[in-house]
Amino acid sequence: MDALKIVVVGGFGVGKTTLVGSVSEIRPLSTEEVMTQASVGVDDASRVRGKSTTTVAFDFGRITLDASRVLYLFGAPGQQRFWFVWDQLFAGSLGAVVLVDTRRMEDSWYSIDRLEHHRMPFVVAVNRFTDGPSLEAVREALALAPDVPLIDCDARKRSSGKHVLITLVEHLTRLHEGSTQ
Amino acid sequence: MSRRSVDREDPDRLYTVTGGRTRADETAFDSVSLIVGECEPTPGMQSEHAKILQLARRPMAVVEISAELRLPVSVVKILLRDLLDTNRITVRHPSAITRAGRPDPETLKQVLLALHDL
Repeated sequence: MDALKIVVVGGFGVGKTTLVGSVSEIRPLSTEEVMTQASVGVDDASRVRGKSTTTVAFDFGRITLDASRVLYLFGAPGQQRFWFVWDQLFAGSLGAVVLVDTRRMEDSWYSIDRLEHHRMPFVVAVNRFTDGPSLEAVREALALAPDVPLIDCDARKRSSGKHVLITLVEHLTRLHEGSTQ
Repeated sequence: MSRRSVDREDPDRLYTVTGGRTRADETAFDSVSLIVGECEPTPGMQSEHAKILQLARRPMAVVEISAELRLPVSVVKILLRDLLDTNRITVRHPSAITRAGRPDPETLKQVLLALHDL
């Protein structure tokens, strides 16, 4: 048995849990991680009892791929203050999906910046709530490199969620081929 | 989120569960490391340890144990460390990411096939 992970990041209310739930074989589960103010290297037990500790919630779902592989999908808020936690929880992910609401594109900037910094491959999926800017306009607003896949999706639909994941894995495959040539 | 944050519940709860420890050895467990119980719970065992052994009768990921126990992932890792040190569990680490930080192409191929079949 081997476990794989893919992260779905995005702003509050953009549909991360919906996307995870649409393709997961279980209802998304929710859990949390402890975040300290210092975020790393806190060994002093007394601080855990103080107000320096808070928790960050995240959801996840599961897809059994075959007899020997399980894929975990994590939905995580992408705001700046949470990334200390994600760095550790999601290290080793295959890649990420940045879920975008075109009414609040600025919510995605930090996540994209962070993923690029970590050289974590990602695709961008626009969860359409209303008619909004074209994909070309979104690409420009997010300053996405031409090789980053950008697609529309409906996070409620299983077929659409599946398409998002397939787009990511195809992107990963292309990157791999590019790096070995 | 229907659950309350840890900040608003008994502040000593997590402290008690872990015996005051605040840091796990982060390298021992990934968030999706699969935990396999190697024995049954015994009387007198800390209840969280017993619950983990019940859950891990089948391989279970660290995050799933965390969700079931309603404890933060880092707290669960501390509890798992105890069980690992006493040989009550074994761990299967995720292997998909190679040392170069890239997923292995055969894995990607199999993942893609499986996703198409969903």
